[in-house]
Amino acid sequence: MRGHFNISYPGFTLDVDLTLPETGVTALFGSSGSGKTTILRCMAGLERSPTGFLSIAGEIWQDEQRRFFLPTHKRPLGLVFQEASLFPHLTVQKNLQYGMKRAGNAKDEGFEAMLDLLGIRALLGRATDGLSGGERQRVAIARALLTRPRLLLLDEPLAALDMKRKLEILPYLERLRDELSIPVIYVSHSLDEVARLADHLVLIKDGSITATGSLTDILARPDLSSAFAGGVGAVLEATVVAHETDGLTRLEFPGGKLYIAGGAHAPGSPLRCRINANDVSIALSAHTDTSILNALPATVIAVADADTPGHVFVQLRLIGGESLLLARITERSRQALAITPGLSVVAQVKSVAILR
Amino acid sequence: MDSSSLTAIWLTCKLATLTTVLLLLIGTPIAWWLANTRSRLKGPVGAMVALPLVLPPTVLGFYLLIAFGPHGFIGKAMDALNLQRLPFTFAGLVVASILYSLPFVVQPIQNAFEAIGKRPLEAAASLRASPCDAFFSVALPLARPGFVTAAILGFAHTVGEFGVILMIGGNIPGKTQVLSVKIYDYVENANYTQAHWLAGGMVFFSFIVLLLLYGSRKRVAWNR
Repeated sequence: MRGHFNISYPGFTLDVDLTLPETGVTALFGSSGSGKTTILRCMAGLERSPTGFLSIAGEIWQDEQRRFFLPTHKRPLGLVFQEASLFPHLTVQKNLQYGMKRAGNAKDEGFEAMLDLLGIRALLGRATDGLSGGERQRVAIARALLTRPRLLLLDEPLAALDMKRKLEILPYLERLRDELSIPVIYVSHSLDEVARLADHLVLIKDGSITATGSLTDILARPDLSSAFAGGVGAVLEATVVAHETDGLTRLEFPGGKLYIAGGAHAPGSPLRCRINANDVSIALSAHTDTSILNALPATVIAVADADTPGHVFVQLRLIGGESLLLARITERSRQALAITPGLSVVAQVKSVAILR
Repeated sequence: MDSSSLTAIWLTCKLATLTTVLLLLIGTPIAWWLANTRSRLKGPVGAMVALPLVLPPTVLGFYLLIAFGPHGFIGKAMDALNLQRLPFTFAGLVVASILYSLPFVVQPIQNAFEAIGKRPLEAAASLRASPCDAFFSVALPLARPGFVTAAILGFAHTVGEFGVILMIGGNIPGKTQVLSVKIYDYVENANYTQAHWLAGGMVFFSFIVLLLLYGSRKRVAWNR
């Protein structure tokens, strides 16, 4: 999937070149006003960039050099807005059928499965104004997917919901991610949502792209920490190996193993966890006289100034794999231990957050 | 009530109904355009539509009379088409009423379209609805309260029309003598009993119309 969009409003210019994977969830991440929603609207054809280009799976949707622009209603996409935008004059069922009918999905293909996937079977006969925010968003997502789109665009689908509703709808989004075979573009300014859902990350600031890559690579880059204010930390894709008798669960990932407390996941299942940079300290040798359980041999890759004075971020690559970690330590410790790229150290991990 | 009064009431109802139906057909595209355009013509067109709100009806009637007449552009067009000229005909009243009541129909519909906003139409487009399809399946149903208001106001305003009618329609019983003109007629001839019947009926009718209008507005607000 390739795109180029260039749009100017008074006081704002968007100029982006995108090459995105055709599978998985790609998050467009940035603060409000950075232009991420405008990019999504360009992809949907709701904004027309005067020099734009967009191709998806080899099919061209916009090519202004040839003055070609496919209008929104001819693009096989699904779109979910921040507020659900259900049609208030139609019931839930009629809302779901609105797009199905027009997309030629007359045989109700996948209708039953969608009701179960998003847990909306009981809502079918209801009017839309009686639904909760979370229910509305689930109906909106189902309505979009029932058109059998080849691209799903989600514009901050959780931003208008309170924490309780967010937690209610996130598992549905995760199921979608696992079951859908189409690319999903997810616009968000919430690092938690992105870390949970995305596979691929595009950082956007002031109308330009500052970084793009896999989620794990981008989140482990010390030079981009300012984009993740407060939530700096690497994400690891691990596998549950065993539940041990003392209540700990052993995870393995390329480059080592981790113990976490509890964990109901069956052995063999994948687990994504985040290790906050504040929870990682660095020692020059392995200690046996410490309470810290997770000590991972690693090599220093890079050092960068942190967002708080007197601190630095240290990027580490775990020995025996490609996995990356970030640690926030004081500049004084860095000097005392003479931490520079190439040094072999031991990363001590104080706590691990399970994302999914 | 004498039979000439009943004739006037029937004629008024016919005029108001026909005018309202035609106005909904003409006013809807104008309202849609005004609600959605970014053209520089939006201001001038909006002002033109609103002119009958501020002009004395006699001014409108005077210019219509000239336009409809043998030297006016409409009169010439009618001649060229071998049609009857419009002054002092029912058709002339309909044309005049459409112009006179236009803002009362266009503005509520325009407000309703503007209140819907772009989002439902964008959602419809993302669900494969063409702009025309989205207009009929989303914009029209959502603007329904605006259409109800527009129809009531258009009808009531046409019933209450007097100056324009007198200027271009004259006072021909069964053809152009509508209620308001008939009341004027009775008063001029000091027939106060008949005038009372018609005038009192108008007060009652207008009150009922406004009651329906404000009642429906409250229900709409409740539904939201």
